Formats: sequence, C-alpha cells, structure tokens
Amino acid sequence: MSSPLLEVEDLHVHFPVGRGRDRQLVRAVDGVSLTLQPGETLGLVGESGCGKTTSGLALLRLVEPTSGRVVFDGTDVRSLSKRDLRSWRRRAAMIFQDPYASLDPRLPVGESIGEALDIHGLHQGKQARRDRIGDLLERCGLHPRVADRYPHEFSGGQRQRIGIARAIACEPDFIVCDEPIAALDVSIQAQVMNLLTELQQDLGLAYLFIAHDLAAVQHVCDRIAVMYLGRIVEEAERLDLYRAPQPPYTQALLSAIPIPDPVRERERERIRLEGDVPSPIDPPSGCRFRTRCRAVFDACERIDPALQEVADDHRAACLLHGEVGTEVTG
Amino acid sequence: MTEPTHDPAEELQAPDEPSEPRWRETLSALLKNRLAAAGMIVLALLILSAVFADLVAPYAYTDGDIVRRLEPPGRDHWFGTDELGRDVLSRVIFGARVSLQVGAVAVGISLMVGTLIGLISGYRGGWIDAVLMRTMDVLFSFPVVLLAIAIVAVLTPSLRNTMIAIGVVFTPIFARGVRGSVLSVREEVYVRASRSLGASDWRIISRHVLPNVAAPVIVQTSLSLAFAILTEAALSYLGIGVQPPRPAWGLMLLDAQGFIPTGAWWMSLFPGLAIFLTVMALNLVGDGLRDALDPKQRSIIQSRGVT
Repeated sequence: MSSPLLEVEDLHVHFPVGRGRDRQLVRAVDGVSLTLQPGETLGLVGESGCGKTTSGLALLRLVEPTSGRVVFDGTDVRSLSKRDLRSWRRRAAMIFQDPYASLDPRLPVGESIGEALDIHGLHQGKQARRDRIGDLLERCGLHPRVADRYPHEFSGGQRQRIGIARAIACEPDFIVCDEPIAALDVSIQAQVMNLLTELQQDLGLAYLFIAHDLAAVQHVCDRIAVMYLGRIVEEAERLDLYRAPQPPYTQALLSAIPIPDPVRERERERIRLEGDVPSPIDPPSGCRFRTRCRAVFDACERIDPALQEVADDHRAACLLHGEVGTEVTG
Repeated sequence: MTEPTHDPAEELQAPDEPSEPRWRETLSALLKNRLAAAGMIVLALLILSAVFADLVAPYAYTDGDIVRRLEPPGRDHWFGTDELGRDVLSRVIFGARVSLQVGAVAVGISLMVGTLIGLISGYRGGWIDAVLMRTMDVLFSFPVVLLAIAIVAVLTPSLRNTMIAIGVVFTPIFARGVRGSVLSVREEVYVRASRSLGASDWRIISRHVLPNVAAPVIVQTSLSLAFAILTEAALSYLGIGVQPPRPAWGLMLLDAQGFIPTGAWWMSLFPGLAIFLTVMALNLVGDGLRDALDPKQRSIIQSRGVT
C-alpha cells in the first residue's frame, strides 16, 4: 500500500464547561485514530453528538485538538505555525452540512468562491479569476453567470453545489464532507452525491465523509468507521462492514436502514436502541456502549475495549471478540 | 424554506438578468417606504440650506437692527426678530449648519471608535473583551447629558469640545451593539468556511464580519444623529455648548426663554420646530433603513407590494 495521505492518531478534543469548582470536561472526541489513502473515501458514521463533526473540524484544526497527532502527507498539521497552517489549508477543504448557513449572505456567490483563490493567490487578474469561478460553477452544475447572485436567490441544492465549488477551488487533495446531503431534499441528495463522486474521480480527491446513518454512506465509501461517544468502535472495508458488522452498535445502526421492498421490509428484524446517548462529560466506565447494548455482560463494565483485528482489515472495539482493552481502575 | 421539486435541468438554468447591486436594492426599498422618503427629502433640504446658508439666508446671523427688535413674523422677517433685532429665519438656517455639523462629527467619532472597540471586543473575547466592555459600562452608566456636561466642563466649552463630548458619550452604544452582533456572526458557518479556506483574521473581519454587522450600525447611526442633535441643543441651552454669537438651535431656545412672557413666541417656536423636524426626519430614515437592510423583511415588503 502507498503511504497514507492522512494519518490521525489518538485524537482528543475536550471542551471545558462551567467555571471554577463546577468546571467539567466534555470529551467530544476521546481517542480517535484514522488513516486515509489518497483518492479514498472514508465514511465516519455515528449518532448525533458522538463527535464525528468535531473530529472532522479538529483534524483541519478548525477546532484545536487537545492532544493527538494529525499527519497530512508527511506534515504534522498540529505543529504548523499560524501562517503555515493558512497556506496548508489550500490542500484540505471542507464542505458543510447546512448550505443555508455556509455562504455569506452579503457576498455574491462568485465572491465566496473567489475568496479561496484570493487567499492563495491563484488565478490572479480580473479575467482569469472570473473565468476560473465560472469554470468551477459549471463544474458543479451551475451556470457561470450566476456568480453575481446572492445566496438567498438559490435553493438548498444549488447552494450546496456552490459550497462544493468553493471547496474544490484550490484543488485540494482532501475534503472533509460534513453531512453534505443531510440538509437537502431527498430528490436532490442523489444529484449532489453523484457530483461528489464525479469530482473525486476527476480530481483524485480523498474524502472523509461524515454521516449520521449507514444508509447515506453505503454507496460512496471505500471504508467506514463507526463512532460512538467520542471513540471509534469499528472500522472496516465497506462490504465487510455491511456483511458482517461486529459490535452490537454497528448492528443496530445497520438494522435502521429501511429496505425498499415492502415484503422484506416487514420481515426485517430491527434492533431498537433504548435510551439516549450518555453524556460525554461522564461516559460509562468500561465499554461506553454498555448502557444500551443488548449483548452486555459483566466484563463490559470492567474493561475499556481497544480496537482489535477481528478479520482481515476489519477492526472492532468490542469485548465479545476477546477481552482486550484497559482494565478500569477504581 | 421550501424547496421546489425540480429536475437537474433546472439547476443549470441561467438567470434571465443579473441581479441588482445590493445598495441599489436597498435604496429602492427605502424610497418605496413613503415615510422614509419624506424624511430623506427633509434631510436633503436641511443639508442644502446648511451648506448654502450664505446664499439662502436673507440676513447675516449677526446682523442686528436694534430698532426692529422683537418684531413678530412679517414680510421683512418671516420668522420675526430676536431681542437684538436679528432675523430668526437666518439664525435658524445658520443654526442648521452647527447642529448638523455637531451631529455628523460627534456621531462620526462614536461610530468609528465604537465600531472598532466592538469589533475587537467581540472577535477576540477574553480579557480584552472584559476590560473594554467594563469601560463602556462605566461610560454607559452615566446619564447622557450629565456625562457630556462633565466632559465639556473639563475640556472648556467650545464647538469642538461639544463634538468630542457627544462623541464619547455615544461611543458605548455603538461598541455594545457591534460587539453583540460580532459575537453571533463570528460563530456563523460561513466564517468557519472562510477560515477553512485559509483566511486570516483580518480578512474574516473585513470581508465577513463587518458587512454582516453593518446593517444595525447604519440604523443606529441615523438614530444617534437625532440624539446627538438633541444633546447639542441641550448643551447649548445650558450654555456650555456652542458659544454666542454663533447661532445654534439650543442656544436660540435659551435666549428665547426669557422672552416667552413678553409674548415673543416666534423666538422659541422656530428653532424648536427645526429641532423637531430634523430629529423626526432622522428617525424616519433610520426606521426605513432598518426595514430596507433586512433582506428577509425586504422580500416580505416587496411581495406584499405595500408601503
């Protein structure tokens, strides 16, 4: 295998809440490790509040990580100076979830895209800049002439296309897609997905594709990592994960995907998760999923499971595969 | 927001015409509002007569004819004459010069200083924010006129110091308003998006934060102009603002007060009316701007086709 484009090791993001005596830590991301090959799509899936978006923001340093290592193409991203970080950003972009919030309402959309070019001194000169913005819009399925319009004149799907055009403006190698289709109409989701896939093929992009359910990522990802409460609980090739999900949490997530066949859909066994995600301020001891797990047994409380190889290129953090992990003390 | 169901072809459709620049949209929305339009006309007339006071005014403001003192409005003196036989109309016109100048300069000071403080405070946060905002709170805790009097008293009364005093007094209003808007704008996704492209703080502030906090600031400016003119009138009335013989509306009211018992109503009515009209016009324009600058509100107004 070639050298990975992105390597994330033991990433932690903790936010302090409260003051003085009541000061507590929200462990939004609590030890996440990922690798991403050039041109690959890695899905990062989990419920709301599991830290998937924060992970995406932290590895781009849009939120400062508390600890851990982020290595991008040989560069240690966390050690970059403010200035170097800004020029590094040319290589790693982000697409945001809410297309209604991610464009400045006071700027014509062409300017929002052009900003990326201005920052990195690309395509300078009035005509060259205009042409490039037009190309980018066209590349994303919009007419070049719409560059002078304001965001409120576009639909959600069109805005997301503009957001994508902005993200690819500087020809990055890597894009964090933070639920790019979750806020869109179902009829438009497929179009935007197809656009992302096309761009990946043409430009050789690597995606970290964040989603809150496995249905959204099943067709686009090469590999999938499942997150729960700040940790990765399973990581595997896409087909392996769908065929043989290991931890009960992944099984529950998979069983939530409806089958587009009424007969089979009726017979489908659904695993309903009881209760809410526990607070990341005070996560359960041992396995974090044990409070909602249907296969829970006594060791789950004692041992904090580590990711272990359960099959070829398939890792899971679950004690059902052997009690590997750190013993909880106290 | 509802998303119309559409096919991919529609996504490709080109707009029929390029959209209007924002300021023109704002201006046309403003002019459609009749009250605001009336306010703008009044303001325009006031500004013109202030600028061309030498041509418009029938007499010089110092031209006294002691024989014709305290003359009621008539053919030679439309607004009558004061206790020194000076033409009240001319003094009201020249007074506009002082009032508008004080208003513009004073609000200009507080607009610039206040916006700067608000931007730094809101964007940086932390101890800088705490220090700046507590300072503003102290300024804010004094009644406006009292603080202005104190500042003028320290600096000695003059036109320049009146403007400085009013500028200082109005600074916290801008600082606080701007800070509040900055606090919400800096958390917007589009700010994060800009940062993700590698934008510097300076670029984010100048390209994204400032334009997005501008609307309330512009509205505040027009309302503050009205208050500044009132404050100037109050200070002049108290005798520590503009110094005679320069005519200022507040000062004219002060002089007129003593002659109310003698029945010289014109001496107080006309400068009072001038203050009233100016403040009213500024308020109407301010209200109109508030509506015109809010894109959502504007589309509601446009779709209803009213005002």
